[in-house]
Amino acid sequence: MEQLKTIGRELAMGSQGGFGQSKEFLDLVKSIGEARSKAEEDRIVLSEIDILKRKLLEPDIPKRKMKEYIIRLVYIEMLGHDASFAYIHAVKMSHDDNLLLKRTGYLAVTLFLNEDHDLIILIVNTIQKDLRSDNYLVVCAALNAICRLINEETIPAVLPQVVDLLNHHKEAVRKKAIMALHRFHRKSPSSVSHLISNFRKRLCDNDPGVMGATLCPLFDLITEDVASYKDLVSSFVSILKQVTERRLPKSYDYHQMPAPFIQIKLLKIMALLGSGDKSASEIMYMVLGDLFKKCDSSTNIGNAILYECIRSISCIIPSPKLLEAAADAISKFLKSDSHNLKYMGIDGLGRLIKISPDIAEQHQLAVIDCLEDPDDTLKRKTFELLYKMTKSSNVEVIVDRMIDYMISINDNHYKTEIASRCVELAEQFAPSNQWFIQIMNKVFEHAGDLVNIKVAHNLMRLIAEGFGEDDDDADSKLRLSAVESYLQIMSEPKLPSLFLQVISWVLGEYGTADGKYSASYISGKLCDVADAYSSDETVKGYAVSALMKIYAFEIASGRKVDVLPECQSLIEELLASHSTDLQQRAYELQALLALDARAVESILPLDASCEDIEVDKDLSFLNGYIQQAIESGAQPYISERERSGMLETTDYHSQDHHEVPSHALRFEAYERPKPSSLRTQASTELVPLPEPSYYSEAHQPISTSSVSERESSEIKLRLDGVKQKWGRPSYQSSTSASSTPPQAANGTSSHPDVGVGSSSLKPRSSYESKKPEIYPEKQRLAASLFGGSSSSRSDRKSSSGGHKPAKGTASKPPKENPIPVQPPPDLLDFGEPTATSVTATDPFKELEGLMDSSSQDGGSTDVMGVLYSDAAPVTTTTSVDSLLSELSDSSKGNPGTYQSQTSKGPNSQEALEKDALVRQMGVNPTSQNPTLFKDLLG
Amino acid sequence: QIHFVLLVSRQGKVRLTKWYSPYTQKERSKVIRELSGVILNRGPKLCNFVEWRGYKVVYKRYASLYFCMCIDAEDNELEVLEIIHHYVEILDRYFGSVCELDLIFNFHKAYYILDELLIAGEIQESSKKTVARIISAQDQMVEAAKEEAGSISYIIAQAS
Repeated sequence: MEQLKTIGRELAMGSQGGFGQSKEFLDLVKSIGEARSKAEEDRIVLSEIDILKRKLLEPDIPKRKMKEYIIRLVYIEMLGHDASFAYIHAVKMSHDDNLLLKRTGYLAVTLFLNEDHDLIILIVNTIQKDLRSDNYLVVCAALNAICRLINEETIPAVLPQVVDLLNHHKEAVRKKAIMALHRFHRKSPSSVSHLISNFRKRLCDNDPGVMGATLCPLFDLITEDVASYKDLVSSFVSILKQVTERRLPKSYDYHQMPAPFIQIKLLKIMALLGSGDKSASEIMYMVLGDLFKKCDSSTNIGNAILYECIRSISCIIPSPKLLEAAADAISKFLKSDSHNLKYMGIDGLGRLIKISPDIAEQHQLAVIDCLEDPDDTLKRKTFELLYKMTKSSNVEVIVDRMIDYMISINDNHYKTEIASRCVELAEQFAPSNQWFIQIMNKVFEHAGDLVNIKVAHNLMRLIAEGFGEDDDDADSKLRLSAVESYLQIMSEPKLPSLFLQVISWVLGEYGTADGKYSASYISGKLCDVADAYSSDETVKGYAVSALMKIYAFEIASGRKVDVLPECQSLIEELLASHSTDLQQRAYELQALLALDARAVESILPLDASCEDIEVDKDLSFLNGYIQQAIESGAQPYISERERSGMLETTDYHSQDHHEVPSHALRFEAYERPKPSSLRTQASTELVPLPEPSYYSEAHQPISTSSVSERESSEIKLRLDGVKQKWGRPSYQSSTSASSTPPQAANGTSSHPDVGVGSSSLKPRSSYESKKPEIYPEKQRLAASLFGGSSSSRSDRKSSSGGHKPAKGTASKPPKENPIPVQPPPDLLDFGEPTATSVTATDPFKELEGLMDSSSQDGGSTDVMGVLYSDAAPVTTTTSVDSLLSELSDSSKGNPGTYQSQTSKGPNSQEALEKDALVRQMGVNPTSQNPTLFKDLLG
Repeated sequence: QIHFVLLVSRQGKVRLTKWYSPYTQKERSKVIRELSGVILNRGPKLCNFVEWRGYKVVYKRYASLYFCMCIDAEDNELEVLEIIHHYVEILDRYFGSVCELDLIFNFHKAYYILDELLIAGEIQESSKKTVARIISAQDQMVEAAKEEAGSISYIIAQAS
């Protein structure tokens, strides 16, 4: 043990640098690392904040110390706590001349501050100074900070210098200057609109890095205005060609692909330029075709480029040959075992289907597999595809599936989306009214709080207007079926507010129209709603208005109205309501009950919700009243234009406003009240002076009281605007408040405490064993989804359906075979090491064991046993095996123990070094988590 | 465009965060809580992508550390997956077989490297060599500055 320590220490001495932080910091990190709960972590951080607050108050803090405090503050902010008390120190540190300190200062500032923070103004000066520095690293640091911190107002302060830096001799500086300009363009396009030629110039930069960076702003610019960049099509094509021919320096290669990130950016740009432009597209055919041949579909990056090619082809006007190549690539994706590639395949299919609708047919079974996959992400993507390929022949199947899925998830954001898609599809393709109303009921019932209010209004309008233009009979049938379904649903508890509004409205309009239900029955139901949802004023309002309509129709038809006792008490309750709206509705209802049939009929005519109501905008019926008022001494109305026109000549302040529009936000808030008070003054003062022009222009004299009312409402409006500017958008916080991870269900159920091998095996095998049973069902589904309207196609499909089962079984064995041995080597996923077995082991035992075995020089093959001596043997071996198989990446081989030893050896040695270092610092990582030492890359 | 980068451990501990779009501190913690809940619970064979609030989050697990990037719905997921891998490879080259512990104690260096790779959410440099060169230039500067400071203080100490 003693010996081990010294060895460790020596190793630590040998390794250069070390962690370079003080013991206090290491202690902090360590104690947070060992915190067992979020609460404990918070406690530690809060006490650390206290300590730092105290320390920062001390006079003459040495800079080195200060730097560490700032790093600690960064750490605290990263953990989600507020370190704003020390922002100013970070700002100060960025002023320092020492690069080390300056860099720390800039780092902290960029992490702490948003671009609209008040302290930004203090940094601008430093940035200006640093941009002039001789040291290009200082310039780079400043440019980094610019990209994060400069806002619209401060752009002019640094813009000239940034533009100068575009010609800097260091490519790193040129690149960052381009990115900074790009940022400016995003913030305020007008500020750099005169500099756009610079981007074109930099496209020809000698350095590929600068050229690559220039593609980012160009992409944005081209998105905004395609036409002005058509001349660059051939340049982009030739750049892409050169890249694919490996003309760029080798250092841009990534996994044997030449500059793939630049290729992807170029493909994106080409998609924009070729969209809807035949001649531009034709220039691209060659290079796109070559890319399909050159891309290595065995690597992830190769597939990334292939996918981008598919996207480009779906945007431009493609040649048949390219379409074919894209379709081939898609089918390769779909046939892959990797979920990622399947996902991309589904996405690509969704894009290509717009151009060639037939392409989906050959992949129908793959699509259905994806739809039934336990992976939620894949499922959603598939729903997106289905949404894109919906037509009237398959709308019922698709929407039904969507609704089932919608009901099953908790993620409100996605629920909203899928609900609105259901509505859209139903509105577009509904085969029958009955079906439509059913679907809408389901959507409202399960996602009523999430759908747009417009959907509700649309539904009400649809029921009111009916589908058929002349077919009144069908319309009333539709209404009756709506009423019936609502009466049924109403008794269910906890319906969403929006749905209840629709129900109340429809019952009010049409509840008694057919004569099937009596007024007292419907009004009783409506009272129940108002009672059950007494906290929801909107629903109550709808219910009361519905009651009013029911009674009005009764009165108008000459029947006697019996107000149910519960309705009576509801009305009485609402007469005293705090809500003026409800109160007014109640009073109106009460007044209406006392009127005779003729009056009631003209107030609420039967089934007149679709009639246009003519509004007399000039309020001409008030003319007599106004005439009278003016004669008795009231002041005439002055039109708004008239009033503001006067203001401009009398009021300086308002003119100042117009001159500084960019600062308007800052100053407006304080100065608004003044002009408005002046305004009313002015109007009252100026009224006695008769000006001929304004009598002629004022059509509608109205009393002054209404003028001041208008004024006040105007002022209010402005304040609202200001509030919105600063207020947090409430939308975000509300949507996700209750959302729990949607994957929780299949995530937890599929792997409780079992190792990787078995856990990944289990759901799969059960899935597979089920497969044959599902098969005919699946095929039926496929038929209903993909079956076209033409009969010839369905024939073709049934014949191909005959082949499919055979194909399916043929492809099964290779799927099943590798699984029991080990999970197939997967480039994309790292296996899940068993949490339980790992946490149970002591990290030191593990390391000591390793040390021994490696010093024994090729000793026992039983390393694994030593490694995880505490854990159950079965699970550990599987987990280690699987980990290694993935670590050794593409090597498909059998991960024997020898191989494992060699690959594991150096890593643990290094882990040991690090551990020793930590010990030397006096920090003992007794954490339960030896994975901390594990190499991230195999 | 990348909206934020997030490094979370298997236990849900935050190792690094970088926000390219404005989020308040409150929103940030919420985002982290929500996403780590979703991502850490996903099985090993599933997609490396998650749709989330109209965005997409691409994640990849290395040992016990999850690297996550949030992108727009229209971005290329596979590319982002490779940007993550690219970043890890650069980290690996810089630290020499990087492990989670390196990132815990040297998170500021991880930030510096990220700043050379991505700017304002766009990929800025795709050559590993170039990134490595500028980072090592910075380190050398720092070393030089340290030495300088050391020698001056040494002189002062001797003089007094």
